Amino acid sequence: MSGNRSIRVTAGILLAVAIAALVGPWISPHDYATTNLENTLSAPALSNMHLFGTDDLGRDLFVRTMLGIRVTLLVAIVASLVSLVIGVTYGAIAGFVGGRLDAAMMRFVDTLYALPFIFFVILLMVAFERNFLLIFVAIGAINWLDMARIVRGQTLSLREREFVEAARLTGVSTLRIVFRHIAPNLVGIVVVYVTLTIPQAILVESFLSFLGLGIQEPQTSLGALVDAGVKHMEGASWSLLIPATLLALILLCFNFLGDGLRDFFDARHPS
Amino acid sequence: MSLLDVQGLTIRYGDETVVDGVNLFVDRGESVGLVGESGSGKSQSALAILGLLPRQAVASGSIEFDGQQILGASDSVLNALRARRIGIVFQDPMQALNPYLRIGAQLRQIPLTHDLCDKAEVDARVVEMLASVGLPDPERQFRAYPHELSGGMRQRVMLASALIAEPDLLIADEPTTALDVTVQAQILDLLEDVRDNTALLLITHDLGIVAGHCEHTIVLDRGRLVEQGPTTSVFAAPSHAHTRALLAAAPRVDRGEVPEAVTSSTILSVGDAVVDYRDLQAVSKVSFSVKRGETVAVVGESGSGKSSLVRAMLGLVPMASGRVVYAGSTLEGPVEDRAQSQRRDLQLVFQDPVSALNPQMRVQTLVGEPLLVHEPQLSAAARAERVAGMLERVGLSRKFLRRFPHELSGGQAQRVAIARALILGPRVLVCDEAVAALDGSVRKQVLNVLRDVQADTGLSIIFISHDLAVVRSISHRVLVMYLGRLVEMADSETLFAAPKHPYTRALLDSVPVPDPVAMPKRAPLRGEVPSPVNPPSGCVFHPRCAKADARCESKAPALRDVERTRVACHYPNA
Repeated sequence: MSGNRSIRVTAGILLAVAIAALVGPWISPHDYATTNLENTLSAPALSNMHLFGTDDLGRDLFVRTMLGIRVTLLVAIVASLVSLVIGVTYGAIAGFVGGRLDAAMMRFVDTLYALPFIFFVILLMVAFERNFLLIFVAIGAINWLDMARIVRGQTLSLREREFVEAARLTGVSTLRIVFRHIAPNLVGIVVVYVTLTIPQAILVESFLSFLGLGIQEPQTSLGALVDAGVKHMEGASWSLLIPATLLALILLCFNFLGDGLRDFFDARHPS
Repeated sequence: MSLLDVQGLTIRYGDETVVDGVNLFVDRGESVGLVGESGSGKSQSALAILGLLPRQAVASGSIEFDGQQILGASDSVLNALRARRIGIVFQDPMQALNPYLRIGAQLRQIPLTHDLCDKAEVDARVVEMLASVGLPDPERQFRAYPHELSGGMRQRVMLASALIAEPDLLIADEPTTALDVTVQAQILDLLEDVRDNTALLLITHDLGIVAGHCEHTIVLDRGRLVEQGPTTSVFAAPSHAHTRALLAAAPRVDRGEVPEAVTSSTILSVGDAVVDYRDLQAVSKVSFSVKRGETVAVVGESGSGKSSLVRAMLGLVPMASGRVVYAGSTLEGPVEDRAQSQRRDLQLVFQDPVSALNPQMRVQTLVGEPLLVHEPQLSAAARAERVAGMLERVGLSRKFLRRFPHELSGGQAQRVAIARALILGPRVLVCDEAVAALDGSVRKQVLNVLRDVQADTGLSIIFISHDLAVVRSISHRVLVMYLGRLVEMADSETLFAAPKHPYTRALLDSVPVPDPVAMPKRAPLRGEVPSPVNPPSGCVFHPRCAKADARCESKAPALRDVERTRVACHYPNA
């Protein structure tokens, strides 16, 4: 698949999933939290509008799945934005200023790398109650380290490039060099890296939810749904298969999108 | 019957024909030169002969090697020929050698694969081969990794690997383009000495190399063969206009007009410049000056410190000590700390225009940016007008304004870089190997642009180059550097007529001359540039100098005036 086509196809799928997640709960007659103990673990059916069936409390799984997608995408996007803002700023400063500041900033990153972050996050979750906001912060805090390293490396090599020297010689101000000469050349790699960070964030969130440390009931996410589905794998396989398939599809699409974007930026500016 | 017989070779990539009906043959033991500019199809033809064309290329015609059709032959047939009967040397030996294998291990594969000798004897055979290509201490190099060798040594290893199976044909594709001119002379002479009865197909853009080393010459132009014949007659009486154009564009180091010395006032002077990198001194106490409207060339092999010198002068790298005086005022510190007026007056053109132009900017923005900084009061329309005018000055039309750097050819990109450097009307332009990567005809155009601007505006140019033939055609004065030291400085007229320093003489002798009759007597320089981390005692040039004696080993010669030349040698006229 050529770069351009894979971008269009995967972006299209992701958009469709996102729209379904936004609109779905709104048109469904059911509610995500209402239990119905007379209709637990029912199979998907059109007649009662339980499109994805019901869970062990009789809640509609279609609405819950759409809600789960919302939460999962939201977590992924917010966490990626956190890593984007912190990581790019931190990496660009370290790379452009260089010298001792660079060394100090990067040793700090190394130190953070050395912490077992998942363990750290689990401790946080246990200590501070399960908090929606905390999940964003925790996942973003894991991801910005990689972003900072990548941006710092790229900035460091761009700073030494001859077109930057030419700009310095001409008298172009440092600010303009950063924003007109270095930043545009970072866009490609940052965009690509963000699309690859999103699936990572989704996985971490799903992992936390699967462990029961993520989203709190009656709110849900794809990870939490998979966790619930596993318990009824025998007898109500759809309750596992549907959220698991959607999770896989979203992850796959983001990964392909990242690959496509990388090809796209490569082809235009072969380095 | 010819050893290699190519008939009607045509190579297409999609709709594009890169080689169009080329006929050529190589007899046993003969040396044939295939010359052309980039895009002439010379390398593509060589790849076709070796069966190494990329998959999307479509080749037709006939390639017979020793009576056997090899165009479109299977890999097993070609594998039996390659290395065994057809040897190959590429331009970049670092890419052709596996960095994870020791030299010996790579060379052993060839005789072992083709069952040329016993396992027991193969190591001795490899060492013998390494010795025959002039590698010092071949037993040690046998165990070395490629990165431990210099570029010239690696190319010798490549030559050894190409010749170890005593092939019938050796194909050398630009084998010396990445090397310094003195090392190039060594490798080319070696090529002559070691190939015995092996025929040679030498692919190059340099007419001088063909003139000196090939019996037969073939000229390609945009995929077509335009001329072929014995080298002496092709050079003496070229029949095709393209050959004549190539010859006219090839500058000669041994003859032709030399620009006359300039007598105006000094605009820029550098005194006792020292540039230190971590554990080495790149430039040691170099002083020189540039007059208004003068072109001063700085020449020397790689590692001579010529780029470091001008970079420190411009404030791109720190100068450990020394001073730079421009138009009466001292230039100090990094370029960011200098006055805007000083920054606009001193500009630089780099060797590789592709990396010197921001890939995300259009030509319009690139050339206009200096105006944006220095003349912010200019309206956008006025700025665009100035940019278009400047482009026209360097020979580019308005249609280039909207292009991105990757949409330009090498020559166009270099002209954009020059336009950017010239748009503020600088007083001094530094060209760091600015024409080294360009084809002969494009190089001539770019040099003409520089000359015209100089004639119109009195621009001073510092022209860094390793190519003495180009230097001769453009510069008024020449500085020769060796291992960070200034060894000779003179007017071009004096320097080219009567070089005083043995290093200068060796450099001049090493330049290939595009004339098979007027080949100068060559005294190739021994060895290669020593490491600047641990420079030789006394005169740093003494290990490579044929005239060196005990005095040269112990005492460094000071710069002194000998006739009209400033030279650092104990025996300047020897």
